[in-house]
Amino acid sequence: MKKLLALLLVLAMVFAFAACNPKEDAGKTPEGSSDVKIGCILIHDENSGYDAAHIEGIKGACAELGIPESNIIFKYNIPEDAKCYDAATDLVEKGCTIIFSDSYGHQSYMQQAATDNPSVTFVACTGDNAAPSGLSNLKNIFPYTFESRYVSGVVAGMKLQEMLADGTATDAHVGYVGAFPYAEVVCGYTAFFLGIRSIVPDAYMDVQYTNSWYDPTAEAAAADALLSRGCVIIGQHADSTGAPSAVQEAYDNGAKVYSVGYNIDMLAVAPEAALTSAQNVWSKVYVEMLRNFVEGKEVPTDFATGYANGAVAISALGASCAAGTQEKVDEVWAAIKDGSLKVFDTSTFTCQPAADGSYTVDAEGHVTSAFALDTNGDWVNDSGEAIEDGAFIESVHRSAPYFALRIDGITELNN
Amino acid sequence: MHKHTMREPFLRISKRGSIALPHAWGIRVSSVILAMILGALFVVAVTGLNPLDVYASMYRGAFGTERNAWVTIREAMMLLCIGIGLAPAFKMKFWNIGAEGQVLVGAVCAAGLMIKIGAGLPNGLLLLLMAAAGMLGGAIWGIIPALFKAKWNSNETLFTLMMNYVAIQITSYCVALWENPRGSNKVGVINQMNKAGWFPKLFGQDYLLNVILVLLLAVFMFVYLKYSKQGFEIAVVGESTNTARYASIRISRVYMRTMALSGAICGLAGFIAVAGADYTISTSTADGRGFTAIIVAWLAKFNTFVMILISFLIVFLQRGASEIASDFNLNEEASNVITGIILFCIIGSEFFINYKTRLNRRKEDAK
Repeated sequence: MKKLLALLLVLAMVFAFAACNPKEDAGKTPEGSSDVKIGCILIHDENSGYDAAHIEGIKGACAELGIPESNIIFKYNIPEDAKCYDAATDLVEKGCTIIFSDSYGHQSYMQQAATDNPSVTFVACTGDNAAPSGLSNLKNIFPYTFESRYVSGVVAGMKLQEMLADGTATDAHVGYVGAFPYAEVVCGYTAFFLGIRSIVPDAYMDVQYTNSWYDPTAEAAAADALLSRGCVIIGQHADSTGAPSAVQEAYDNGAKVYSVGYNIDMLAVAPEAALTSAQNVWSKVYVEMLRNFVEGKEVPTDFATGYANGAVAISALGASCAAGTQEKVDEVWAAIKDGSLKVFDTSTFTCQPAADGSYTVDAEGHVTSAFALDTNGDWVNDSGEAIEDGAFIESVHRSAPYFALRIDGITELNN
Repeated sequence: MHKHTMREPFLRISKRGSIALPHAWGIRVSSVILAMILGALFVVAVTGLNPLDVYASMYRGAFGTERNAWVTIREAMMLLCIGIGLAPAFKMKFWNIGAEGQVLVGAVCAAGLMIKIGAGLPNGLLLLLMAAAGMLGGAIWGIIPALFKAKWNSNETLFTLMMNYVAIQITSYCVALWENPRGSNKVGVINQMNKAGWFPKLFGQDYLLNVILVLLLAVFMFVYLKYSKQGFEIAVVGESTNTARYASIRISRVYMRTMALSGAICGLAGFIAVAGADYTISTSTADGRGFTAIIVAWLAKFNTFVMILISFLIVFLQRGASEIASDFNLNEEASNVITGIILFCIIGSEFFINYKTRLNRRKEDAK
């Protein structure tokens, strides 16, 4: 008994430090923009380019709306497991009335939290479950990342063309380090590849998956594997600087190889090898959601926007880029903005016939119709026509990408 | 000339025969106070923040609201359950470093049934099946190293440790098998819509059933170790295998029986993690608790009631640390340093309980 008593005393002493604990009142309804408390769940911290972009994004959006930065509560390093649910409910307890999560795998736990807390709005960035869940307080947002990937592909294509012309490369072989084999990644690398092929029509690409959003070692290893297969430009859809660093190392050892990054400017880690990075400008997406929220308007269930609203970009071109790249980039951005260029123009790619009925192709392999959404949970898209006016329309049926067609010319090495 | 003097060691250390209980707890309490002071120094040195605010924030993180308090209770119960599972093995001086794997295997078995059967059975029946599967899985994982130890006297520390990695790979494999959505390599929340295989709410509380189950287990294990014949055999084997042999205790049988029990309870912890806390399965389901629970079991000297308090203390520290991280925009790593300081002091205090130390005054030997 004495033991128990003594341990209790120990605990009591520990808690005694909290005597001055101020009780915070959780305001449940946003009255003005400066009162709204915003929760932000991040899969990593500012060391990951992807998360840094989200942190910048939410801060930028708040600045634009006059919400003080101190109203944002960040939860760093929240994995895509039950800890996300705990983090979300803790943010609710702290008085947050709108909560964002930044990684795809968070959404299942955001949905669980949304079910438990109907008065709080949950936004799962890059998620795709808001509409199917039927919950009115669960939302998804996504920028048109495929646009910036296409343009970064154009930059890579210009370089590849130069390399083929001056003989530093003999084979139009490019590689891509992808995180996971699902639509978000497939859509991205296909856009990147189509960007390259708009300049070098006989280019072909290998994709190596890492099965992680952030794993510098695995991303570097994947880049090395691709380089050893003869790839001369390495794109990426993973969040670390692993791949660009590996490419720079190969460059330093005399190989003429280049890297196209994601999220952040890779020139710091790959001053010669980095060409550019595809970027999301999350503040433009966040601000739209937050403005509606603080003004008490209906927050859209799905929201996606692109270059036309400044939601995507590419980083400053590296010194290694081919001559004339900037002019070409400006031209392509302008064409995307005015709608004359469609990233997934069906005349620019071919597919093998579908075994599962999710899309159809004509005799030449051009896609004639494709479904965007899966309604019965068997992972085979079965509703929502995505082909319109000869192009696959991405991120309109829902905010998250659904382009998962495997097109000719791209090989997945380890799916 | 050189004057020869006996150099006394600066610090004399001698083993204590026994220590009065109040004295022992005096040492423990002062270790916690010392830890708080060291932690405070660290906070001031690194961040310049007021350490009292930081400790207040730790408390808020763990017990600030009802909801937070329940999460703290849930986590403490998880740790306690694994600690209870480890107690008989360690009391037998069988170094079971494999709780992490036993929890995972139990969790995988339970999650498999949860996913495959779903709402096909009444929830109570499904939960019973899941519990049985979890315990069976954990027991098998525990009995394998015991069998090798009994038959070939293999080293159980390495064996159980390595079994963890096998379990982690099996878990990864199953997660990839059951991934949802396809390609994500994550299982996500299982049975989100129909909640099949989820612990029911008791009196409106999500985690009350966890508490009841684990506390019952604590009582059972206390009685088992202290008053049962099998518990006595465990104690004898732990003290001396020769004595056990002399008393014609069949040591190999005690090893296997005890490790089956130890593994089964760890497997049950995996079941509770899946059905009563996480509602998902991943390689982080055990989350290092299989190792942390070793500290719980040892610090409590295998007394399951003392374990309750130690579990709470450790979970409080962990949750408090992550609260500091979000409150003060510190990196999680910085708050882990505080946890580390506190644990170091608490575990270090055991040294001063077991050993007497005396400082020697250095004699002035030369004028």
